[in-house]
Amino acid sequence: MSDLTKLTIAEARDGLKAKKFSAVELAAAHITAMDSARGLNAFITETPEKAIENATASDARLAKGEEGKLEGIPLAIKDLFCTKGTLTTAASHILDGFKPEYESTVTSNLWNAGAVMLGKVNLDEFAMGSSNETSYYGNVVNPWRRQTDDQPLVPGGSSGGSASAVAANLAMGATGTDTGGSIRQPAAFTGIVGMKPTYGRCSRWGTVAFASSLDQAGPMTRTVRDAAIMLEAMAGFDPKDSTSVDMEVPNFEAALTGDVKGLKVGIPKEYRLDGMSAEIEALWNQGIEWLKAAGAEIIDISLPHTKYALPAYYIVAPAEASSNLARYDGVRYGLRVEGEDLADMYSRTRAEGFGAEVKRRILIGTYALSAGYYDAYYLKAQKVRTRIAEDFREAFKTVDTILTPTAPSAAFAFGEKGTDPLEMYLNDVFTVPASLAGLPGISVPSGLSSDGLPLGLQLLGRPFDEETVIRTAGVLEEAAAFDAAPTAWWRG
Amino acid sequence: MSLDKATVAKVANLARIRVEENDLEPLANELNAILGWVEQLSEVDTENVAPMTSVAEMSLRWRDDEVTDGGYQQQVVANAPAEEDGFFAVPKVIE
Amino acid sequence: MPRQLLGGEVDMGMIIQGATGDWEVVIGLEVHAQVTSKAKLFSGSATEYGAEQNTQVSFIDAAMPGMLPVINRAAVEQAVRTGLGLKAQINKFSVFDRKNYFYADLPQGYQISQFQQPIVGKGVLTIDLKDGETREIGITRLHLEQDAGKSIHDQHPSMSLIDLNRSGVALMEIVSEPDLRSPEEAAAYVKKLRSILRYLGTCDGNMEEGSMRADVNVSVRRPGEGFGTRCEMKNINSVRFMQQAIIYEANRQVDIIEAGGTVDQETRLYDPVKGETRSMRSKEEAHDYRYFPDPDLLPLEFDDAFVEKLKSELPELPDEKKNRFITELGISPYDAGVLVAEKEVADYFEAVAKGRDAKLAANWVTGELFGNLNRTGKSLSESPVSADALGDLIGLIKDGTISNRIAKEVFEEMFETGKAAADIVEEKGLKQVSDTGAIEAAIDEVIAANEDKVAEYRAGKDKLLGFFMGQVMKATGGKANPGVVNKLLKPKLDG
Ligand SMILES: [Mg+2]
Ligand SMILES: [Zn+2]
Repeated sequence: MSDLTKLTIAEARDGLKAKKFSAVELAAAHITAMDSARGLNAFITETPEKAIENATASDARLAKGEEGKLEGIPLAIKDLFCTKGTLTTAASHILDGFKPEYESTVTSNLWNAGAVMLGKVNLDEFAMGSSNETSYYGNVVNPWRRQTDDQPLVPGGSSGGSASAVAANLAMGATGTDTGGSIRQPAAFTGIVGMKPTYGRCSRWGTVAFASSLDQAGPMTRTVRDAAIMLEAMAGFDPKDSTSVDMEVPNFEAALTGDVKGLKVGIPKEYRLDGMSAEIEALWNQGIEWLKAAGAEIIDISLPHTKYALPAYYIVAPAEASSNLARYDGVRYGLRVEGEDLADMYSRTRAEGFGAEVKRRILIGTYALSAGYYDAYYLKAQKVRTRIAEDFREAFKTVDTILTPTAPSAAFAFGEKGTDPLEMYLNDVFTVPASLAGLPGISVPSGLSSDGLPLGLQLLGRPFDEETVIRTAGVLEEAAAFDAAPTAWWRG
Repeated sequence: MSLDKATVAKVANLARIRVEENDLEPLANELNAILGWVEQLSEVDTENVAPMTSVAEMSLRWRDDEVTDGGYQQQVVANAPAEEDGFFAVPKVIE
Repeated sequence: MPRQLLGGEVDMGMIIQGATGDWEVVIGLEVHAQVTSKAKLFSGSATEYGAEQNTQVSFIDAAMPGMLPVINRAAVEQAVRTGLGLKAQINKFSVFDRKNYFYADLPQGYQISQFQQPIVGKGVLTIDLKDGETREIGITRLHLEQDAGKSIHDQHPSMSLIDLNRSGVALMEIVSEPDLRSPEEAAAYVKKLRSILRYLGTCDGNMEEGSMRADVNVSVRRPGEGFGTRCEMKNINSVRFMQQAIIYEANRQVDIIEAGGTVDQETRLYDPVKGETRSMRSKEEAHDYRYFPDPDLLPLEFDDAFVEKLKSELPELPDEKKNRFITELGISPYDAGVLVAEKEVADYFEAVAKGRDAKLAANWVTGELFGNLNRTGKSLSESPVSADALGDLIGLIKDGTISNRIAKEVFEEMFETGKAAADIVEEKGLKQVSDTGAIEAAIDEVIAANEDKVAEYRAGKDKLLGFFMGQVMKATGGKANPGVVNKLLKPKLDG
């Protein structure tokens, strides 16, 4: 049998149905791949027994012709989703030993569709980061390397473990979460597809919260079709989440018609940043040409408040996080560091349990909400957010989708960004505006940098119009014909 | 608006994060750099702009008043760092 | 504190005579009332009182990672009902905020509450004072919020134990204007509020079980001057303690000011054992609640039709009922106030009075019934005499079967044995005698036995008529119909 791990979800689905191989064989192949890839540090917890158990059940359902949409498909789960009985860490020391007694809605949906769990993948601590360098469980390494050197590169973040696992063929797909670009940017850095659906499309119930008004789960896969298949299984109305939208989930795979004739694609001028790298600009122009060639109409648009998205985000997200992370106090679960009294126990537990970036954001958020500063920071940022959403609403009166680069650069080496947090924040410059507006977005691998690293293009859509985004992404994917793959150096 | 060491200490206390005296100064510098960068938001005209409450045009859903949850004490305390007879236990609080 | 408390007359307000002159007490109350509902405000776990620790706790109430709130319809309805009962502004758009602070029994690290945009705005509550007088107290607002869990400090030598059964239970925080001027007014306010909540069925008002707790804000000032600095005493769970706390605290503040000091605005704890308030500064330290709209929830919205429907279903409330008792049934304002204070009493009274003499019914309920219940320490629901049974007794008085005096005797028996009035009258042969022949015979007997008195009477000593009445009643064992005796006695005496 050829390497099962190289199949796409769609191919594996067909192969399983045709009994070319079993779900257990598929799971076993991925377990072997996982074993050989510890150097990537993609997983925090591997669950091979669970994978075989799930796969055995899948084979039984396949035999009876009762398979679900993801029957037998081995997936990696970002360790931000609570999984019943399996360690869930958010990559933080503060959740030491935490085994939830419940299962997140998104992962429940996946298991109900027949998916197989390979394990829990690494991330930036509490999903706060763009390089996967803030995990208590260590850095995740990007499977890609520059042609010019062997320096380990970051996979992007915060869904860096998900991205590396999928890019290195350790999993056929992975769940990610995107608060300001945490699915799309690592997808771009690792040459895979990453999709953030509209806020409200996937339930947030059972997913460790970072910033409630922004967090949204989505699929990370190797093809657009796979993203469509996986998203359909993850999404859906959940009465347990007050911000979940009660809307039918469309057949996303069916949206892949390959036809974008007459589709209006917006190119926002504000995304042409000063000092933008030439290769990113060239990639973007190439993307425009591809869509034009496929019959789409290219329209220049303006999103005037783009510039303010990042600073607004770095108030709103930390403010919500400062409150969301108050529950980690050493009383009911996770780490406890004893102190002289209750307050001392809290502050010692939280000082030791949270890493530097998480603490920095909690402090910024606490300050932004504190008496006398609320109006100037939090309220102002939320008003700017309204402005940003209005920009998009205006643009979508004339265009159907918006094309931009996903990230301002290719993957960088560990430590390369220096110690200035602001420099790191700029990674999300193209992804954050759509997050603030709650819009669906996808990153499609579209080319290679001069160093031979993958680069992604981003497509954005109207609220709940994932279908147009997927359809356009499919066309972009086909035109780009991205077939580069990292050499499997980690198998050593 | 610039944070001094004392403000950082106050904020850290509000957030219940212990910060050693030596770390206050560098932390203040980091936070000031971020807040300084955020200052650019003041350039945006937000006169008569409502703060964002939700992405989708939707209103709050209500659930019916039924007992549908709870009744699993052992699962509630299963992950507790300290547990006593179904209670969570914390260092004694003197009121 | 030796100083005598003056005033006490509830309609006068409390005046403290200090060394430097008079001081007026200003009181505002924040009452936390537990919403009557099966499930919690944002989770589906139960709200029943007294369950084993942490058994009425969902993962949401324990603030496990990733848990999200979904609002309970009943809590919204109960808040709106209560707002309507307080004749308050109902806000069709309100917002849930997070109030951030750390405490062991606050699992989320924040309480979901309503800060700038509460569900209910300004309203009014009429308190009942002595002699049937009333006074209107302003309601500032009512908002919905989550209750916290409970810390138990005395069950373990070195640990406090946390029970989250209450965590997330829906509360209504009802805030008054600083319109109250004496401990008695504050007590009348709490009692009236409790009465309204019980009529509405929105809170059971059980203070011992903590379903109703009051935060009491007290300040003092020279009569007519601006407000002084207030102190807040939190979580007082009895009306008596609240009054004691107010008296202590007001006097403490006067002492401080008269000694040249200033009152610090702070939270103080009332210790009912010592009868003192003391500073809780340790708990106050560095509070900055960092309120912001809860991003897990959208604004709470409903339309006029929703409010109108609830309005149309509201029961008659104590003030309206009292008015009706006075105007339609002719009950005195005082009695009416007593009868409507508790819905159970009002219902009982109305059952007794139905189709009968309402004033007589009111007298019997507030007199004999209450007297006997008090004496035996029974509540109305434990009364051996049902409303129907008392009604039957009143019927017997009205149709002349027994006299009022005999009726009291019968009632005692009813209360003791639970027997029906008619049976007792029958068994004991207490039926009133209206037979003129029998009464005439008794009169003749009395006249014959008291010839000297008859002579005095005939000589002009009219007052002796009462004596003869008494003698005749005595001769008939109290059963003679007094009206008939009166009618027959006079002509015979006059000769
Ligand atoms: Mg209060
Ligand atoms: Zn309150």
